[in-house]
Amino acid sequence: MRLYEHESKQLLRRHGVPLPKSALARSAEEAERAAAGLGGPVVLKSQVLTGGRMKAGGVRFASSPAEAKSAAAAILTLPINGQQPAGVLVEERRTIAQEYYAAVTWDTRAKQPVIVFSDMGGIDVEEVAVQHPGHVARVHFSALTPFSDFFAKVAVASTGVSGNELGALTRIVAALARAFLQYDLTLAEINPIGRLDDGSIVALDAHLDMEEEARGTHRALLQELGVPEEDTRQARPPTAFEIAGAAVDASDPRGVAGRVVEFDGNLGLIIGAGGGSLTLFDAIRAAGGKPANYCEIGGNPSVGKAAALTRLVLSKPGVEQIAVMMNVVSNTRVDIMARGVIKGVIEAGHDPAAKIAIFRIPGSWEEEGFAILRRYGVDYVDRSVSMHEAARRAVAKLGAQPGRKR
Amino acid sequence: MSILVDERTALIIQGITGREAVTMSRELLDYGSRLVGGVTPGRKGREVHGVPVEDTVRAFTERGRIDASIVAVPPAFAADAVLEAIEAGVKLIVVVTERIPRRQVAQFVEYARLHGARIIGPNCLGVISPGKAKVGGVGGAADATRRAFRPGSIGVMSRSGGMTTEIANALSEAGLGVSTAVSIGGDAVIGSTYAELMPLFEADPETRGIAIYSEPGGRAEAELADYLAAHGSRLPVVAFMAGRFMDAMPGMRFGHAGTIVEGRADTAAEKVARMEAAGIAVAERIEDIPLLLAERIEQAQHSDNGGG
Repeated sequence: MRLYEHESKQLLRRHGVPLPKSALARSAEEAERAAAGLGGPVVLKSQVLTGGRMKAGGVRFASSPAEAKSAAAAILTLPINGQQPAGVLVEERRTIAQEYYAAVTWDTRAKQPVIVFSDMGGIDVEEVAVQHPGHVARVHFSALTPFSDFFAKVAVASTGVSGNELGALTRIVAALARAFLQYDLTLAEINPIGRLDDGSIVALDAHLDMEEEARGTHRALLQELGVPEEDTRQARPPTAFEIAGAAVDASDPRGVAGRVVEFDGNLGLIIGAGGGSLTLFDAIRAAGGKPANYCEIGGNPSVGKAAALTRLVLSKPGVEQIAVMMNVVSNTRVDIMARGVIKGVIEAGHDPAAKIAIFRIPGSWEEEGFAILRRYGVDYVDRSVSMHEAARRAVAKLGAQPGRKR
Repeated sequence: MSILVDERTALIIQGITGREAVTMSRELLDYGSRLVGGVTPGRKGREVHGVPVEDTVRAFTERGRIDASIVAVPPAFAADAVLEAIEAGVKLIVVVTERIPRRQVAQFVEYARLHGARIIGPNCLGVISPGKAKVGGVGGAADATRRAFRPGSIGVMSRSGGMTTEIANALSEAGLGVSTAVSIGGDAVIGSTYAELMPLFEADPETRGIAIYSEPGGRAEAELADYLAAHGSRLPVVAFMAGRFMDAMPGMRFGHAGTIVEGRADTAAEKVARMEAAGIAVAERIEDIPLLLAERIEQAQHSDNGGG
């Protein structure tokens, strides 16, 4: 879960990372007041959860409160990569003598956190690593033992930084590493860290990502930062359909059914589990099908939950039929899925035999499940028909539906 | 032979009185696994399907050898349970629990490494050597497990628990069967990766080929490709890559916690290219996995005969 720059900076400030003075503004008027409060020239930065703000026009400079007002007005109405800004950060503008890069992230191969530091900041660090390998340091450290500052010092020093800068940068990088561990971050990045004309060193930007799984642990902190619990912080905000799906999933603790992502196709998908969903979604697309949604079913959801998910998918405009498919299941019960899906289709006012393009869930309790499907005339297949073949048949059936608009 | 577990493996379940663990206990006993007990603090003296419950792991390790523990406790208690098992001297720990933050996973994986213990998972369904034993929920009920996992010659490693069964089923239906299948877990940081398990399969004379289920996110496929480039292998490797559609949707989360794409090298397309360059055949469909394996095993035999 990505935090906005202003949230990231709030967090780093608590850890003693020096930052320029700034204030968050939600309107042009607030930005004007903020600029007046800061005094002197300011930089205004769009608060979006994506990179490339500068290039997109989301970063502007102003030398007076009036200029700040008009710059903020422009930024606040400018979407970047499809995102509406959540505000504009008004920050005192300083003259920068040199830029550095610092990040802490997981090296999942080494299974340890790693510090990445460069004395050539402000630009794409992966590029720097290729062009100037001696200017990018990588230092792993243990998450098992308490963090020790020397890891940060070694990273900074190995790019050739010494003197007063070494101490100041070590403190910043060490603080970043500690915040990384304390808040279960998956990325803690400052790009750039700036050495200003007066010699002081401050974090000019900040990008923190918190692990989704740790959100519960850090609920109090997120509340202080003003992050709403329902805010998914994905590449785009959740749609009404996705929020309704999450509500279905939360309605009953048994199993997972309702984790959905909306697409604009005509074939509704009731699919699972984790890997099965990825496989089946690819299979539908490979067969030329247009999924209306991505979906994940796992564990052993109740009949009511499966029915509610089915009603939700069928309620989506443009959905002509649904395909109900999973890998060979061991935990999920085939009969419960069959009953749930049929119940949902009937409750939505449709005939299961017509609405369900295919049912392919082999595994535990399959005989009982298949008996129910036969009773309602639903087209089902057992494990002798592969996931890809089942997906292909569902797509073919939808294409052959009578009276379908082309 | 097989790897990691066999009919002699003595195992316990931490969190045995939980609803799903009780079901798992029944399934393990029915399958023939040597489940000797379970741990739930405060429940000492009870029984689950006839096996004793204790408050601590040590209560079992002090009485006899425990080869493996299944950790099936809620995420908030999982790291603690794993450390307890390591301290008690258990050398194989299968972590079924999902949604453990990766910092905690990295901590217990590093601790295990220091103590010579192996972690499988987290967020996995465990390990099965068909016909011998299973350690974890993989395959579900005993009869369903026997149907999908027939003893045979293919080692399976999968980031998805459900797809472990799907692939094993395809291998069983095709007559190749499974030597050992490992559900390695769907998280970003896991105890045992493909490359870390390869030497074990390599040393198992029964295993004649490897099937892998892979997803976007992480560097496990790159690590495997590097391993094969550095060490080579007598075993043909066939992989299936799911989640190809995700390449067009950076920043969106699908599937397992580990599938989030954090860099260029994490995409499905990049992984497929890397694996193919390392000589791994990448199957387009699940049903192609047994075909490609059979073909390659035969080729390997021919070249053996020709060369010998």
